[in-house]
Amino acid sequence: MSVRDDFTARIPGGDAGLIVLVLLGTYLAYVLAGFVLGYTLRGQLNSIATLTFYIGVFAMLSLALNLHWGYTGLFNIGIVGFMAVGVYVTAIVTKPTYVAGGAAQVGGLGLPLWVGILAGMTAAALLGLVVALPALRLRADYLAIVTIAMSEIVRFSFLSGELQQFQLFGNRVGFGGGSGLILDFAPPLEALLRGVGLWNGYLGFVDAFQVLVPRNPKPVVDGLVYGLLLLGFVAGFYWLLKRTGESPFGRVLKAIREDEDVANALGKNTDRFKIKSFMLGCALMGLAGILWLVPQGAVTPNFFRPRVTFFIWIALIIGGAGSNTGSVLGGAVFAAVLYQGPRYFQNLVSAVFPNLDSPSGFGQAISPLISQFDPVPFLLYTVDSIRQLQLVVMGLVLIWLMHNRPEGMLGYRKETASVIPLSRPKSMTADGGSDDSVRTDGGVDAAAQGGETDE
Amino acid sequence: MSDAADQPVEDVANKVDEDALGAFASGVDTSVDYPLRVEGLEKSFGGITAVDGATFEVEAGSLTGLIGPNGAGKSTTFNLITGMLKPDAGTVTFNGEDITGEEPHEIANRGMVRTFQIARELSEMTVLENMMLAPKHQRGETLWRSVMPGVRDDVREQEEELLERVWEVLDFFDIAHIAEEYAGNLSGGQRKLLEMARALLTDPDMLLLDEPFAGVNPTLEKKLLEHVHELREQGYTFLLVEHDMDLIMNNCEHVIVLHQGSVLTEGTPDEIRSNEEVIEAYLGGNV
Repeated sequence: MSVRDDFTARIPGGDAGLIVLVLLGTYLAYVLAGFVLGYTLRGQLNSIATLTFYIGVFAMLSLALNLHWGYTGLFNIGIVGFMAVGVYVTAIVTKPTYVAGGAAQVGGLGLPLWVGILAGMTAAALLGLVVALPALRLRADYLAIVTIAMSEIVRFSFLSGELQQFQLFGNRVGFGGGSGLILDFAPPLEALLRGVGLWNGYLGFVDAFQVLVPRNPKPVVDGLVYGLLLLGFVAGFYWLLKRTGESPFGRVLKAIREDEDVANALGKNTDRFKIKSFMLGCALMGLAGILWLVPQGAVTPNFFRPRVTFFIWIALIIGGAGSNTGSVLGGAVFAAVLYQGPRYFQNLVSAVFPNLDSPSGFGQAISPLISQFDPVPFLLYTVDSIRQLQLVVMGLVLIWLMHNRPEGMLGYRKETASVIPLSRPKSMTADGGSDDSVRTDGGVDAAAQGGETDE
Repeated sequence: MSDAADQPVEDVANKVDEDALGAFASGVDTSVDYPLRVEGLEKSFGGITAVDGATFEVEAGSLTGLIGPNGAGKSTTFNLITGMLKPDAGTVTFNGEDITGEEPHEIANRGMVRTFQIARELSEMTVLENMMLAPKHQRGETLWRSVMPGVRDDVREQEEELLERVWEVLDFFDIAHIAEEYAGNLSGGQRKLLEMARALLTDPDMLLLDEPFAGVNPTLEKKLLEHVHELREQGYTFLLVEHDMDLIMNNCEHVIVLHQGSVLTEGTPDEIRSNEEVIEAYLGGNV
């Protein structure tokens, strides 16, 4: 572990440097894979944009989860429910009002997107409050049960025919039931650029991009710029949560994670701290959900199955709970390797060995292995169904991590919860009062002198 | 920790309090002299009555011991006083105000802070973080103040003040050399020191120590006792739950004996030592 410490300490730029390094390494691997696959420049740019998108959303979500779990010890396994509420409330607020005969079955309130996003985040935070009020007074496991149940209740509510359409402020709105909602309004990127008056400039930039991508460059540029925007949001999340953690507020959260009774006995109103932390995390999860799904143009309730929640948990565990830098890295590694990786691997294999004839069923795959000890058909079958095996791979990674590195990539680092470094103030004498006779109990005093603060 | 300048004043206050003991005996009673009053405290778990009408007072600036055989209800009484448990009946009064049934954090904010029987350090936080946590009413405990640029400078300023105090207390308890260590890596005795130091940083009037010397080696025990006596001289009030009879007898000026959930007797160590009932209770007789 000390080798790792040295390694992370030697990277120029510290934590930011480490994140940039990992991102660059990932992009390099993807670009190389793209070359092998014979991608055009357009294909390369598209794959980078997709990768950036998933890195962005998973990094944001695992940062938000880190506030819950890594800092406060709140076992939230209903993340996807908060995302869903964020997205659906944004949709209802932002969708244009219902016009009979239009494409959309239901309308919305027709307000600007930023109002919708704020409403979505607020709704997610309020749902967090509703969940937290009864559950936070119970033991941690009960919060887990309540949150996962809540996320399913949310999904089924959006699926239900009863709520498919209803009247709100005299407008015909609704959740659209199983067929979901068409998000027939300007996506976040366009709304943002129009808002700051850069939309025409952006369109000009897109035209200029035709030098690189001759035909219809807009989707490519949109993807890339939106990816950058998401990375900007990741930076914002990181900034916010780092400041939250490195403060007296974060100190109380950490204390609650370690031993709530102690924090309470020291005069901290732990319920209030937990609720604040929970609501903030929920609002951020709502925002991340909005940024993930609103650009897709449509949303259905069945996207919000619990497995998305567990993807985010895997990302956080890979990165290391308790570390914000680790959360970002975990999100990036999860997106690149476990989420997008298997598909790329499969494409790579079929590009390198174009004439492989993989068996069409499990029986044909397994029978040569048993009768003739010929593993090749089985391997081919495995590679062919790697997308279906994605969850199995994630499970294996999780088991391996739990056994060998439960603290994740950076979980061993403890980011000191204070605004200032806690070394002895210069105004005080260097070794006041530390006479050696006090070391009566054979503690760890020798080691302590070299203890590093990891900042 | 009180400023050095306060100490003479506090000492005078102590002398006054000692006189007040006599006053109490003659029925004159002012709530200032007895910050903690417990009256008719009752608590049962299922069918078992753990505390059954415990009534006692703790004198300001005193080192009062609460003893009793196993199962006498000492820890439950502690939990009832500090709000960790809610009593079925009875009242707890602190500094003249009824605090019965208040939340632990409310009671701590009133100036009565406890430590735990098994030291409960916050193991994945450093000693310094443990200590910085304790001070009350930190500006940065409000989320927006900690995050907003500009306002955070206020928080920074307060953190700097707190940090100096933290280091002073670390020096006082001679644990400055382990300041950057994770609390989980400390030895049992160091944890006890940390817990007491941490409780002290909340700026309490009164400290409730739940078996602070359990599992502590004799040298450190002596050290801890010195700290307790020194703090008492600075004007802090102590209520001490302890198993070790000798320790209580040699250090406390007032001893309360709990037995089967109620106060069997109380008095000076000498009075307790010669009390037949106490001996019988400890030896398991039917009292």
